[in-house]
Amino acid sequence: MNTSQEETDAPYNFAYLDEQTKRMIRRAILKAVAIPGYQVPFASREMPMPYGWGTGGVQVTASVLGPDDVLKVIDQGADDTTNAVSIRAFFAKVAGVATTTHTADASIIQTRHRVPETPLEAGQILVFQVPIPEPLRFLEPRETETRVMHALEEYGLMHVKLYEDIARHGHIATTYAYPVKVEDRYVMDPSPIPKFDNPKLTNSPALQLYGAGREKRIYAIPPFTRVESLDFEDHPFEVQHFSEPCGLCGAEGVYLDEVILDDRGGRMFVCSDTDFCEGRREAGHRGHLAAAMEEGA
Amino acid sequence: MADALGGGFKDPVFASQAVFRRLLDALSRPGRVVEMPQLVAPPPPLKPAAAAVLAALADADTPVFLDKVLNASGEVRGWVGFHIGAPIVVVPARALFAVIADPAVMPPLSEFGLGTEQYPDRSTTLVVQVAGFSRGRSLWLSGPGIEDVAGVQVEGLPERLVEEFRANRALFPRGVDLVLAAPSAILGLPRSTRIMGEA
Repeated sequence: MNTSQEETDAPYNFAYLDEQTKRMIRRAILKAVAIPGYQVPFASREMPMPYGWGTGGVQVTASVLGPDDVLKVIDQGADDTTNAVSIRAFFAKVAGVATTTHTADASIIQTRHRVPETPLEAGQILVFQVPIPEPLRFLEPRETETRVMHALEEYGLMHVKLYEDIARHGHIATTYAYPVKVEDRYVMDPSPIPKFDNPKLTNSPALQLYGAGREKRIYAIPPFTRVESLDFEDHPFEVQHFSEPCGLCGAEGVYLDEVILDDRGGRMFVCSDTDFCEGRREAGHRGHLAAAMEEGA
Repeated sequence: MADALGGGFKDPVFASQAVFRRLLDALSRPGRVVEMPQLVAPPPPLKPAAAAVLAALADADTPVFLDKVLNASGEVRGWVGFHIGAPIVVVPARALFAVIADPAVMPPLSEFGLGTEQYPDRSTTLVVQVAGFSRGRSLWLSGPGIEDVAGVQVEGLPERLVEEFRANRALFPRGVDLVLAAPSAILGLPRSTRIMGEA
């Protein structure tokens, strides 16, 4: 696909941002790639959507995006929720890029709080929307202090927090935004992805970029970079396990959403990644509730 | 063609995006030689790939250091001034970008901006012009962005710079980032990369 600026219908620069802003963000992205896991401050702009809707991710995507890219946007794994639909429409309008819902067809995937189930490939870029980039923020509110803690690799407080989880609950109770250590140096917040997705961050062939608009930070994990979830020898890191497969496609070993069916305790579990689930059903996989759902529809 | 007013990006929006994506590829996957289309025609001794990197990323907010050879050329200074609008500085530590035409006589890497422990991103990115990547010094690289190890060949890279880059790695997370630029290809050497040995 070859879209030139004249062919888009919006009276904006390509991908909305002005060129000086893009250069500033691009410089921040390159420094972020050179220092994996380190949060690079950047002059985040007002975007035509509220904070919390992914303004950081949108700015990163806008700076990376070119006319030949194919964009996929997901929100908690789904391509069809409000946030995902509006961001996809935004870039289709201001950049005229091709969009897709298929993970394998996308060159850039902007995501809110999930990593796709389909393994990513070299050359793909995963852009995370990050609400609070500082993993130490709830332990130490002052930015000046957390800067020093990162500089000195002083991460004892984070281990104390995880230890207190164990003391109180008998296990590490953090289930999302689970802190990771990148290349044995920086402790990083992987954004509020379920800890189920943490193992997908390490040694991924794809480039991971993280953008926090309100907090004005960009950070990155290059391909083939070691990312370890923090844990203890006697309490090793574990991901969630689900007792039943996806009700629609029968997939096991994927992250499932719980859907309440009625007010009598009826519920079902379905894939959080809608593209993955649809792909499996098209390939003929059937979950135990697939037939009931189709009748109801 | 090679005067200060000509030879800039014909289509700045898409050209700088194309150059940036190649840079992102080069720095996120060190050891890969990334082809760079000829999008600018700078006056010599500034070469197209190095000039394209500068044109895509530098602007009035980014002080640029030019090495002795480039700084001696009024045309090069004029080209940087007209097409990029970046202030040219003579103190390497103050530069956010540095372009080196002759790595044999460049200032040591430790004299450039190395960032601070709290803000290691505030450091110089050096664009070092080399002859090519098909022969010359062989290096083995490892680190983030590299699956196992990567072997590269760089023609026109002085031994001294290899040693200084190793010392630069020891400063991590502080340090400079290098982009080696042949006339029509680039290779990224971010500070996170280790040069393991010479083959």
